[in-house]
Amino acid sequence: MSGSAAQDSAVIKTVRFEVLRYNPGKDAEPKLQQYVVPVTKGMTVLDGLTWIKEHEDRTLSWRSSCRMGICGSCGMFINGLPRLACNNQIVNLHSNVVVVKPLPNFDIIRDLVPDLESLFAKHRSVKPYLIRKDPVEQNLPTGEYFQSERELLNYIQFAYCIKCGLCMSACPTVATSEDYTGPQALTQAWRYTADTRDEGAKERAKELYSTHGVYRCHFAGACSQVCPKGVDPALAIQLAKKAAFLKVFSLHKRGRATSVAPPVDNWVANKDIPKAPAPTVKQE
Amino acid sequence: MRESKLWAWHIVTAAIILVLLGLHMGVMHLGAILHALGIGAGHPTHADEVFRRSQQLFFMVTYILLLGAALFHGLYGLRSMLFELSLSKTAEKLIGGLCAVAGFALFIYGGYVAVAVFRLKGV
Amino acid sequence: MQNKLKNNLGLLGWLSGGRYGAERYAYALHRLSGLGILAYFLMHIFVTGSRVNGKAQWDQTMGFFSSPLFKIGEFMVYLAFAYHAINGIRLIMVELGYMVGRPGLPSFPYSYSTLRQRPLFVVVMVLAAVLMIIGGADFYHMMR
Repeated sequence: MSGSAAQDSAVIKTVRFEVLRYNPGKDAEPKLQQYVVPVTKGMTVLDGLTWIKEHEDRTLSWRSSCRMGICGSCGMFINGLPRLACNNQIVNLHSNVVVVKPLPNFDIIRDLVPDLESLFAKHRSVKPYLIRKDPVEQNLPTGEYFQSERELLNYIQFAYCIKCGLCMSACPTVATSEDYTGPQALTQAWRYTADTRDEGAKERAKELYSTHGVYRCHFAGACSQVCPKGVDPALAIQLAKKAAFLKVFSLHKRGRATSVAPPVDNWVANKDIPKAPAPTVKQE
Repeated sequence: MRESKLWAWHIVTAAIILVLLGLHMGVMHLGAILHALGIGAGHPTHADEVFRRSQQLFFMVTYILLLGAALFHGLYGLRSMLFELSLSKTAEKLIGGLCAVAGFALFIYGGYVAVAVFRLKGV
Repeated sequence: MQNKLKNNLGLLGWLSGGRYGAERYAYALHRLSGLGILAYFLMHIFVTGSRVNGKAQWDQTMGFFSSPLFKIGEFMVYLAFAYHAINGIRLIMVELGYMVGRPGLPSFPYSYSTLRQRPLFVVVMVLAAVLMIIGGADFYHMMR
């Protein structure tokens, strides 16, 4: 779709898109509508939807933004799995039929637009921000918090969540339970609990270990399978269970949250840092 | 938290059942295989065999342990499945209560049988 | 906002593994086998409880359950137990954080917990199959 080289815009094949259509004012029921879409090199499912909107049907609606797999807007149910439309090239689906439906386990607002409010409400409920006992520390910071690389690695992968909702669609518990906190929020709750800077473990434990918390997960593993950023929510949930198990039998290690690094008054330049090489570009 | 304790016991009872039910399966089924191979007596469900076992302290104790562990594990699993069906808070409380009551009642009945038969020596 | 359409998968979400990994199917089977075993177990308490009325009562109870239909049912329960117990060993290990790896820096193609415990999953399924075959041999011998 770049149009910059003749080879890049040559049509490789044509596929049939079957897109779920639902107009709340007009339709009683959703139905699949078919479109024939020419596929060029590197064309993603999102590009296909854009082509349909430009050439075939201007009423087709969906959410998308960054088109590069980082904003999390274009989550859809494509050929049997929840995927990001921008992250999946049509040729990599290895099929001449591309079935595009809105994300399951979320209400449909229109066509391919899901109502993600339940996702955001559950996310908010786990207090996804650093909580410290001393409120002044964060509002008027004097220095950084101590944290080793190992302590960072214990939670950083869970911080890469883009809130796309694919994991919530894949989870079998979310399919039946509206109260289940869900892999996304539980992973974020663990992300903060495992963060050594955080002192809000008790508050998050209310959500993590409630009747509808981590214990309603049974490791179907689908959430981690579909996550586009490798966050691995299943791992976070099992680590949360392990922590609680150890605590029930008093086998856990008692830790304290990290402290603020003291201000450095007598700062001295490090003489061992090598001097910069001579500039290679003529200076004005 | 309460849910954490319940789930931790779900795991512990699972491990207990693995051992005791494995033993139970061995007593019930391995015997037949060994008998087919010519080793030992078969027919673990014949009345004589059943009563012989029931009147040994080892089997009485392990039967009661297995009963308790299996009741907790099974009913917690059932409660878990039912809680995932988007029920109201009162329905959840009711189900939790029913599972607990049923579990206790069945445990008392089964335990009574195990002790009563144990003390029935000579029948 | 008007007329939002409900799109929850419901109970089909429990049963349909679709294109998800094998663990999703293992989860469905674990639930089904658990329910089957629970139903059998609740009856089992009462059936074996009849021994409190003496040997004659016990023989009568066993006589009632001696038809081949009940024997096949018992074998089905055994199959359910074999799967549930061995898969349960895997679940105990995984849910206590074993064989799922440590958190690190994700780099594409991502390694994640479901993939990392796959070898354990395969071993567990083979073990369950072996137990089922042994039980099948015993059942076959008993039915002859």
